[in-house]
Amino acid sequence: MQVPAHFEYQRATSVDHAIALLTRYGAEARVVAGGHSLIPMMKLRLAQPEMLIDINDLHELGGIRVEGGELRIGAMARHSELLGSAVAGEHYPMLHDAERVIADPVVRNRGTIGGSVCQADPSEDLSGAFTALRATAVIRGAEGVRSVPMRAFFTGPYQTVVGPAEILAELRIPVRPGGGSAYVKVDRRAGDWAVAAAAAALWLEPGPGPGTITDVGLGLTAVGAAGFTAVAAEEFLRGRPATEETFAEAGRIAAEHCRPVADQRGPADYKRHLAGELTVRTLRRAAARARARGQEA
Amino acid sequence: MQITVTVNGTEHVREVEPRLLLVHLLRDELGLTGTHWGCDTSNCGACVVWMDGTPVKSCTVLAAMASGRHVRTVEGLEGHAGLDQVQRSFIRCHGLQCGFCTPGMLMTARWLLDHNPDPSETEIREAIAGQTCRCTGYENIVRSIRHAARAEKSRDGAA
Repeated sequence: MQVPAHFEYQRATSVDHAIALLTRYGAEARVVAGGHSLIPMMKLRLAQPEMLIDINDLHELGGIRVEGGELRIGAMARHSELLGSAVAGEHYPMLHDAERVIADPVVRNRGTIGGSVCQADPSEDLSGAFTALRATAVIRGAEGVRSVPMRAFFTGPYQTVVGPAEILAELRIPVRPGGGSAYVKVDRRAGDWAVAAAAAALWLEPGPGPGTITDVGLGLTAVGAAGFTAVAAEEFLRGRPATEETFAEAGRIAAEHCRPVADQRGPADYKRHLAGELTVRTLRRAAARARARGQEA
Repeated sequence: MQITVTVNGTEHVREVEPRLLLVHLLRDELGLTGTHWGCDTSNCGACVVWMDGTPVKSCTVLAAMASGRHVRTVEGLEGHAGLDQVQRSFIRCHGLQCGFCTPGMLMTARWLLDHNPDPSETEIREAIAGQTCRCTGYENIVRSIRHAARAEKSRDGAA
């Protein structure tokens, strides 16, 4: 029987209350939202907080909407809400691609977007997706609110810039026309962590041919890519025609720059191969979606 | 700490340790052993109950987190008219062998049909993707849920 060690429990009544509790209890306190990463870690004694602060009542951290030209995803939004959000799927279908392959429907009912991102598991799907989309993390603390680009959010495996007395409040993604996005993952069985996965968001200047890539964001999951992305491949893609040859070269560059580690999910060579191949597939799908949207417009 | 949880419409007040899991509150404190305790790692889905109308894995929810909320367990499926249609269809279509996964399957099936009264086989398989039948009896589980959907459709049509 797996049971966490002893701890105290308090339910936060507002974000300010949660921050005050975090400030008072310091490093011994942890915030719990969906609990689907933290509670298993507590059962295994990988985490042993003395004070657990439940933020499930904080509706101010919930919701998914477009405001101020941005898609805004509350940190307390459940995975099932993001998967069910028409506005998220319309602007960034990549988010629905990713959500469909995160765990299973019952886990998605409980797990939160903020919790997944703050857990910063190298195999977590949304980290790569939000990195590709150049999202901004809105973080609240006693000093006020600060915004951190996703590409500066992760400081290492299971580590982020969110301080011990801070809370991730929201993720914001600029809404820009003319783009397409996709997320492609290989896992060993339905709902498992990724062996490897890739995300691409791509904007096309329509042309007589396949179109020219005006901007692109890539995300790579579980392959030891610096900052969950492949900057050299992004630089290569910008300004080039959206052809199979271009995508193949981008895949080659992405594979070259990642540093996968062999584990029970597969050997390093296989993961490197997947990093390249999935980069190609996700670029192909993102470009097809960008073209389809261009034709609708 | 003191918690107040409403289970199947009945309010319970209990003094519990904050580390008590919802599945153990239900089984050990309230005697509702219909909810099964399986893998303990939120993989198998034997412990699925509804919390405020949404299926959750009760091995990964603290009893404290359920305080002030409404929980529905497999014991709460049966109504005045007898067993719920999903229960009747699982019996009719042999949707269980050893029965260990059944309470979770039933709770997810009921939720699915409440939100999607005519699910395709694919939709059913996706809905139960987080639940493991160790007898591998998935064919009959899917058939049972389809049967329940049809039975409710014809009953609603007749009403």
